[in-house]
Amino acid sequence: MQPLVEVNDVTFGYGAEPVLEDICLHLHPGQFAALVGPSGAGKTSLLKLILGTLQPTRGEICIHGEALNGRPAPCVGYVPQLETVDWRFPVTVEQVVLMGRVRRSGMWPWPSAEDKERVRAVLEQLGIPDLAGRHIRDLSGGQQQRVFLARALIAEPDLLVLDEPTTGVDMRTAENVMHMLADLNQQGMTILLTTHDLNAAAAHLPWVICLNRRVIAQGAPDDVFTVETLNETYQGDMLVIHQDGMLFVQQKPHSHSYHDLMPSPVPGEVPSKLVEAKDGRFASTLSI
Amino acid sequence: MDALLQPFQFEFFRNGTIAAVLVGALCGLIGVYIVLRGMSYIGHGLSHAIFGGAVVAFVMTWNFYVGAGLWGFIAALLINQTVRRTKINADAAIGVITTASFAIGVALISRYRRFTRSFDAALFGNILGVSTQDVLVVAGVTLMAAAIIFFLYKQLLFTTFDSEVAQIYGVKTEWVDTLFALVLAAALIASMQILGVTLIAAALVIPAITARLMTDSFNRMILLSTLIGALTGFVGMYLSYHVDVASGATIVLLQATLFGIVLTITSLQKRAARRLIHTHV
Repeated sequence: MQPLVEVNDVTFGYGAEPVLEDICLHLHPGQFAALVGPSGAGKTSLLKLILGTLQPTRGEICIHGEALNGRPAPCVGYVPQLETVDWRFPVTVEQVVLMGRVRRSGMWPWPSAEDKERVRAVLEQLGIPDLAGRHIRDLSGGQQQRVFLARALIAEPDLLVLDEPTTGVDMRTAENVMHMLADLNQQGMTILLTTHDLNAAAAHLPWVICLNRRVIAQGAPDDVFTVETLNETYQGDMLVIHQDGMLFVQQKPHSHSYHDLMPSPVPGEVPSKLVEAKDGRFASTLSI
Repeated sequence: MDALLQPFQFEFFRNGTIAAVLVGALCGLIGVYIVLRGMSYIGHGLSHAIFGGAVVAFVMTWNFYVGAGLWGFIAALLINQTVRRTKINADAAIGVITTASFAIGVALISRYRRFTRSFDAALFGNILGVSTQDVLVVAGVTLMAAAIIFFLYKQLLFTTFDSEVAQIYGVKTEWVDTLFALVLAAALIASMQILGVTLIAAALVIPAITARLMTDSFNRMILLSTLIGALTGFVGMYLSYHVDVASGATIVLLQATLFGIVLTITSLQKRAARRLIHTHV
């Protein structure tokens, strides 16, 4: 089968020191994959190489078998990190989503009837049909993520690329985002994302790629998330626990407690009326 | 009634008013992009750079518009490329390139003291000196800017919102940036006679931020900013005749006053809305 994305022996660096070295990756149509690795491992650079906004120093990147050679990747929908968005910019949800149609819509400044219909349909699909007229600042974290996902989907991409979609949102929203992406994947969308949340990746994604300047390992989470691989990726002391058919990854707990770091911490105090209420949650003041 | 219409009997006043309305609208329109991209300083800097170009054009006896235009466009490109290709931030790049260019103008003026032409007009604006040819140039530039913004509306909006992501979605951002630099340089040159180098930045920024306070929609911000620019251009000209104050300064002061009023009203509205929430909770 012809891979959708091929990264062939790619090396890349901003200066003399390479940020990425000898990267080899294939992504097939319908795959759902996560790039994991510590900050500075080159995750975002690799995404930008695949998107075509950065050029490899060595090697080549092919989309649908065709080398990019400095062009932006065709047929890709991109969802940036939420924290890179200028939330004060005067645009409504509809205006943001319409940006995704920039390649396909006509020359007139206003949206066509078809454009408007597509916006309505994609917002409906993502469960936010009533938000079209809202300013982007007046949304919750989950809604913001959906709006930028809608902008990517309306471009009718073959590949969806998301930069840390679970960063900066609360745990429940992150879970929802992952389920939404899994649904999209089930409808045939190829998805590549980066994440710091190894447990979410292990629970939701069938394919993970451990990156730290090089590809340390790639495969199913059960095969890849081993203590050896994770230690090499994160240069740390990692703990992997299999329980009830689930996989948990954690940095190994330290053998010390806060007492070792702070011999005499400033004690907190629970307001006395709460303690008097005899509620178990408000036991007493900190005893040293 | 006659007293009110009196200034319009003079051709210089009619020319000046048409030019002021067009320049106001033009600066209001492109000011939206300038403000939203955080480029306020570039308008200020480029107008100074163009002043250098104007003096060079005069010394070399080139046509003013061609000389100043080329100079401004090259300065804008130099700033763009410096930011793209080096570690230097935009504000520093603008500082170096435009101030050096302005200094060339000043150096030339001090070297060739035999100038017959006064550069006061270029610095502070002189509406009395607006000829029919100048009005035609302003009208042409306004038309060109409106046409480019009209047909590049979607690409410009995306590039202004997030240039890097726009590129990923297939917008040729480098082209969009270059065309916009061209429009900006042309607008600054056309405005120089009317507002003067030192006041152009205000005419670019104030209508746009006033409009921003009034709306959260990009489309409406564009319309409001253009309207505010045109209206303050007209009223400012008229006032300047009656109170006998320099036209550029009158227009800018009028815009600043309007901004103050809108700021006060919107802050009061916000406070009232907050109080409403508190009393209802």
